[in-house]
Amino acid sequence: MPTITIDGKQIEFKQGQTVIEVAREAGVEIPHFCYHPKLSVSGNCRVCLVEIEKMPKLAISCATLAGDGMVVHTNSTKTLEARNAVMEFILINHPLDCPICDEAGECKLQDYAYAHSRGESRFEEIKNRKEKRVQLGPRIKFDGDRCISCSRCIRFSDEIAKSNQLTFVNRGDKVTISTFPGESFDNPYSMNTVDICPVGALTNNDFRFKSRVWEMSFTNSICVGCARGCNTEIGVRNNEILRLTPRQNEEVNSFWMCDNGRLSTFKNVNADDRIDGTFVRKEGQLQKVSWDEALEVAAKSLKEYKSNEIAFVGSAFATCEDNFVLLKLAKQLNVTSVDFARHSVADDQDDILIREDKTPNTTGAELVIAKSNGAKLEGIYRLIKEGKVKTLFVMEDDLGALSEEWEQALGMLDLLIVTATNSSKTTALADIVFPAASYAEKHGTFVNFQGRVQRIRPAVSLDEMDRALDGMNMSRWDKFGTKFDKWNQGRKHDAKPSWKILAQLSSHLGGKIKYEMAEEVFDEISNSVDAFKGLDYDMIGELGVQLKILNSESRLATTKSL
Amino acid sequence: MAEKKRLNNLTFLEKMYIPEIVKGLALTLRQMFSPSVTMQYPEVKFEPPASYRGRPVLVQESTGTERCVACGLCSRVCPALAIEVQAAETELEKERFPQKFEINMLRCIFCGFCEEVCPEEAIVMSKDYELVFQNRESAIFGKDKLLVPVDELKDRIEFLRKFKK
Repeated sequence: MPTITIDGKQIEFKQGQTVIEVAREAGVEIPHFCYHPKLSVSGNCRVCLVEIEKMPKLAISCATLAGDGMVVHTNSTKTLEARNAVMEFILINHPLDCPICDEAGECKLQDYAYAHSRGESRFEEIKNRKEKRVQLGPRIKFDGDRCISCSRCIRFSDEIAKSNQLTFVNRGDKVTISTFPGESFDNPYSMNTVDICPVGALTNNDFRFKSRVWEMSFTNSICVGCARGCNTEIGVRNNEILRLTPRQNEEVNSFWMCDNGRLSTFKNVNADDRIDGTFVRKEGQLQKVSWDEALEVAAKSLKEYKSNEIAFVGSAFATCEDNFVLLKLAKQLNVTSVDFARHSVADDQDDILIREDKTPNTTGAELVIAKSNGAKLEGIYRLIKEGKVKTLFVMEDDLGALSEEWEQALGMLDLLIVTATNSSKTTALADIVFPAASYAEKHGTFVNFQGRVQRIRPAVSLDEMDRALDGMNMSRWDKFGTKFDKWNQGRKHDAKPSWKILAQLSSHLGGKIKYEMAEEVFDEISNSVDAFKGLDYDMIGELGVQLKILNSESRLATTKSL
Repeated sequence: MAEKKRLNNLTFLEKMYIPEIVKGLALTLRQMFSPSVTMQYPEVKFEPPASYRGRPVLVQESTGTERCVACGLCSRVCPALAIEVQAAETELEKERFPQKFEINMLRCIFCGFCEEVCPEEAIVMSKDYELVFQNRESAIFGKDKLLVPVDELKDRIEFLRKFKK
């Protein structure tokens, strides 16, 4: 294998790799703005200049192919001087408005200005002014002053989103970024440009000015917008989710996620219509009662029905753990009618990330529920219509919104028990409602359409949780806040993960289902469901594990929604 | 405990103590006629020098708006975590402003770091040292209590320009 020497380190590389790539793999960070591992090389920022022996001038490492025997210096005096000079050039027209810039704190220009520049400007003339607060698209604002013309956003829209909507206009120091005339930068992946923008030129309309990045805690999670299961990071301040950003996972979503997933999958966690506490229908009205009372009422009412009069509906929105405990409770009551609803939107799919299946865990629910159970949702619907099933337990799904027929069917039931995160048509018809923890408030696993099992972790604290004791990620505010500090009084909901509710219901029914942690549930899954054999939470880790299930794609295709 | 030994080599005059007593009385007499330095607080108020660090306040421009752009640096640097800022967008040129700016005066330790870190000269230490509250809620000062017209803060701002680097 050919070798290259970078800063005295001998590194082997594959023919065709550029110097910056080889250095990156070897853990040598060469500063860069325009280079991005997933985009084509444009080589216009010039910050990645390095000294290569036997070359007359410095070369940009992003566009120089590594060659056998090459000797590269990334920290020589010559390199540092050139880097300082380039930084000085870039900073000439960059406004000193970090205090009002959302990027501050995660800005590469800011970082490099500390690490690689002379620290003081020699530029005495007036800085160039360009257009500010340009609404490039429905979700993105552009600040021309801050732009350093690295062209990452342009290349992203051309190469990844394939929408060709952005371009440079004008020349020299007047160059700026614009959409083509009459166009709006509105492709479904547009907000990834905010992430890859090395400065604060592109800002997220939704998150704009909501919080400084250093005030938030970040928790690794999974997007629940569709069956892709993009890896995400949840930004939380004062127990409220403020933004979602994609997290790199080459097997699933690379660096990207879609705008819909980024914007619409966390609003319900903070919403006012969250179910907060347990509710039981008394005299026609849902009334808030204690957990004990609700569990007691639920257990007592369930006992009044024969096992063939009861049906359980799991959920592709819930975790494998939730579905597993649901199935276990059904078995405890000898109930055989157990299935879950599929939510597919036909043709809403593309070749990049978005999937037709709009739930995060259809595959998981199938592996856990459907594989060990023959019942079908259509069958359950028929039994309700025929009056044979009188009691239904619905977990974290809005069956009432599936169709008008389903809404009618739910109305025919004698007893409807629901666990739900937010109010819905189903909770409106329910007799007993348990508040379920959302995906951002619990541990658990989802299996995406590829058959990759991935973990979610609590980012938002529930009533029953404590950030410190439960090992959740904490911001500085969370760490030092007392109950008297306003910034520590964010709303906490009185809810529990569905598996916990089901386990408690089981013990009220005289059963033996007992778990302390989601991890215990998963351990049992791995012992009893073949696809999960030998796995545990530590093995799944941050990036997930591919399950050895064959043809998951083709199997899914045959199980379309109702 | 070691017992203190009395000096036994005193002269006759020293044994009489009278000269020492007279000396003491003379000092008292002199002080009776020297000008008084006691300040009759609260009838008379102490006017601190510009270097004094009283409660932190927000500078209000003559247009009525605050200088603050809600960058949150004061909040970040505050060792006592006394400051909470929530930014929002404004049509003004400065783009963002503090929708909420609260200082918990029970937490504040008057260190002046917020003033030092402020890039806009928008939060300064005032000469106000009279802080009394009856409960925790009233100790949290919002924008209504924090905003002070720039004219009243000239002293401090001049002092800062002279000495802050």
